[in-house]
Amino acid sequence: MNVLSVLVFLPLVAAAVLLVPRISAAGARGVFVVVTAAELALAGLVWARYQTPAAGELAAEEQTRWIPGVGSSYHVGVDGLSLPLVLMTTLVFLACAVHAVREQRRPRLQAALFLFLEAVCLGLFVSADLILFFVFFDLSIVGMYFSISGWGHENAARSAVKFFLYTFLGSLALLVGFVGLYVASDPHTFDMVELTAHPPLQGHGVAGGLVLAAVLLGLAVKTPTFPFHTWLPPAHSDAPAIGSAVLAGVMLKMGTYGFVRIAMPMLPDAWRAWAWVVIAVGIVSVLWGALVGFAQTDLKRMIAYTSVNHMGYVVLAVGAAGVLADGADQARQVAVTGAVTQMVSHGLLTAALFLLAGSMFERTETYDLDGYGGLAGTAPRYATLFTVAAFGSLGLPALSGFIAEFQIFAGSIATVPVTAVAVLGILITAALFLRALQRVFTGPTAGLSVGFTDVTPREWVPVALLLAVSVFIGVLPRTLLDVIEPGAAVLADLVGR
Amino acid sequence: MGADLVAVLPEALLFLGGMVTLVGGSFTPRARQRRMGIVAAAATVAGLVASLVAWEGDTRAVFSGTFTVDTSTGATRVIVTVSLLLILLIASGEVRDHPRESETYSLLLFGGAGALLLAGSTDLAVLVVAFLLSSIPLYGLVGIIARPESPEAALKTYLCGALFGILLMLGAVLLYGLAGRAGYSSLAAELTDAPSAAVAAGGVLVLMGLLFKAGGVPGHFWVPDATQGASVSAAAFLTTIPKIGAIVAITRLVAVLPGDLRWATVLGVLAVASMTIGNLAALAQDDVRRLLGWSTVSQVGYLLAAAAVTRISDQGQPALLFFLAGYALTNLAAFAVAAAAPDRRSLEDWAGFASTRPGLSAALVVALLGLVGTPPTAVFIGKLTTMGATWGAGLAWLAVAIALNSVVSLFYYLRWLRAALRPAAQLEEGSSTGGRGAPTAALVAAFATVAMGLTAGPVWLILA
Repeated sequence: MNVLSVLVFLPLVAAAVLLVPRISAAGARGVFVVVTAAELALAGLVWARYQTPAAGELAAEEQTRWIPGVGSSYHVGVDGLSLPLVLMTTLVFLACAVHAVREQRRPRLQAALFLFLEAVCLGLFVSADLILFFVFFDLSIVGMYFSISGWGHENAARSAVKFFLYTFLGSLALLVGFVGLYVASDPHTFDMVELTAHPPLQGHGVAGGLVLAAVLLGLAVKTPTFPFHTWLPPAHSDAPAIGSAVLAGVMLKMGTYGFVRIAMPMLPDAWRAWAWVVIAVGIVSVLWGALVGFAQTDLKRMIAYTSVNHMGYVVLAVGAAGVLADGADQARQVAVTGAVTQMVSHGLLTAALFLLAGSMFERTETYDLDGYGGLAGTAPRYATLFTVAAFGSLGLPALSGFIAEFQIFAGSIATVPVTAVAVLGILITAALFLRALQRVFTGPTAGLSVGFTDVTPREWVPVALLLAVSVFIGVLPRTLLDVIEPGAAVLADLVGR
Repeated sequence: MGADLVAVLPEALLFLGGMVTLVGGSFTPRARQRRMGIVAAAATVAGLVASLVAWEGDTRAVFSGTFTVDTSTGATRVIVTVSLLLILLIASGEVRDHPRESETYSLLLFGGAGALLLAGSTDLAVLVVAFLLSSIPLYGLVGIIARPESPEAALKTYLCGALFGILLMLGAVLLYGLAGRAGYSSLAAELTDAPSAAVAAGGVLVLMGLLFKAGGVPGHFWVPDATQGASVSAAAFLTTIPKIGAIVAITRLVAVLPGDLRWATVLGVLAVASMTIGNLAALAQDDVRRLLGWSTVSQVGYLLAAAAVTRISDQGQPALLFFLAGYALTNLAAFAVAAAAPDRRSLEDWAGFASTRPGLSAALVVALLGLVGTPPTAVFIGKLTTMGATWGAGLAWLAVAIALNSVVSLFYYLRWLRAALRPAAQLEEGSSTGGRGAPTAALVAAFATVAMGLTAGPVWLILA
């Protein structure tokens, strides 16, 4: 069995085992941590053994028959676009497992559910078949629905249903697009490598546009971009901490990953034709997410809106990569590299922020930013971690966010100068984080900050782990970029053909 | 003749089992009627074994070409007998020690035999007989376990059935008059020269009758009333078995009518009407059985979409058969969960279900998400391949309609799921459980739908 298959099925098997009712709570938490740690080690192994594959090929590939009648197979593999996301996913889940070791509400089922989610998320990133991709895409929605409705708070049931309806609706649009690709391909296939090598709707302007529209709609809901983002803030504010961390850290990437893995290489000329729409949506998402985030007084909602903003940068970059300008090949490649880096960076930083928000809620049962003051005095460790994560998120140099955003703008502005407007988004995000830090942590100790105990090791260790990786990327970006860049170069070529 | 009889052994075994159960039941003391259930199950298992043994790729026309044994017949036999076993399991708890216990079993078997005859018949006269054989047990089943709503439901089913039966016979007579033959093999040749308006009228009339059996628009009025008013096992039966027979019969009928594309479009329009009307009506339902009733109307729409392209796409036939099997399992899983909690009728009654019956809740989740078409369940593969086949045959609008309707269906399936996941307002008192049969059936069916989705490849190869 291939190492990627082990990566996908190990948590699934562990989840199935955890469904046995006789397993104790402590045992379940132990399994959760051990399995996620093993997953991280496995992903590290894949990374260590990784050799950049030739253009149009995948590393650690495995393909076996599944539904040959409809041209679908169990096909997995990684390249520079997916491998960083695989590693990031295992990291986020390990952080969540450690954070959850004191979970009191049905820990056995929660561990099973999150291991299931981990399998699904990893499965999606290693899929090389559209149906396999779709299976994981849909199952992630089901898993997250149960996470929110089962372990959320306040209006959890309502938010969970809204989340489910919205993203499921998007997934069905995506399915229509996939079927369109399948029908147009000759011979009919769902294989992503085949579809990338021979894009089926080249030169069919209207049909290609319609299929792309269906795919884009599905991915835009999942990402989420303006105007399909409205499910995100309620889902986040009512989800449990580790649910939010997984949702924002990993699952939002499924949308943007779909852009670089499916929409761009399989529908290149339609993508080029619609690149301006993508760019416009990206710019609006960046500005809208930042501005609305600025107006929030609820910490989790604020972080949720910055996710809309950060994902907007990714959309912007992949849109710009579809605009062919003279001598801009290098720039388009830089934009794609930035987009993938941003996915990794946002995963690490947002997961850290949401875990910290969860620690806050455990103590005070509220996310109200105005209820605090001078928290740095009573909880210095908490304040330090939060500050680092916030600075990372607003794009401070020496953290991963800077590397990502710098490349996105360097690539995008060189190709499409008008995207410079979106730089405003960085400014607003910086302002909103600084204001939040100021409101919560500085000044005399007041309100809910009184008696706020500082974070315990099981709370700060996972966050520190995520932030350490972010700093590592920020200081030594080449480790990551060397893996991403060849993949980005291939993608830029594919879009340009 | 002897060889012909062997060829219809599965149908004969079901029919014979029904007879034995019926006659044997009247000689069995009331307290021992359960043994007739065992007889019925044994006959069904024998039918299943005979179907598997007789499975062959070669098309074979028997009884002077009035009945055809091919992949469709073979698949239908397996689907129907497996479904019957699940329904018998559901019924075993529900009708145990009921005065009409053995009669219920025999009606289920007769209905199953009727559905099989419907699916295999390639002659207008046999089609009419099959229609009657599969309809009359249905009327009985709806009313046999009396509840306050049952008489109304039975009467409505009967009146609808009588009306659509007459339409079917009228159409059959018309087609017979035009062609001068009743056998499908000669219909195809004779009808090409007949006046096309008359052929269309005859075809549409027969189609109407079959749509009553399938529970699709416009013959769907009885479905929600019957599912609500009948016992759960009868409801599970009437939303599964007759549909399978009727849908396969529809594919056989349109195959011999001239004008492939025209009939594909007609079926496509009827499919969209069924899925849309079924879904929109289900949105407002508060009684879960009524909700399931409307849900099956919409599911018939998806099945009809696959049936529409069996003639004009290579993928159509296997897609339809796969979908039929997946639909039967998933639908029965949902009904089995409803049967396992007979006291929970309205959506509010389902509060606290997840905390008191976790295993069954998991089955319910699989069943309802399966009906939506969530991977990796069988219905997902059915819907996916149906979308691929319709789009590939030039009916992309049908594929889009399926996706849009799946979105709508999400709203009401999720309402039920949400109700079941809600914590109960007060502690549950010991509610009746409907025996051990229904929960077992629910778990088996839910597991089977996932397993079938995961092993779609081999299954597909058998059906293609």
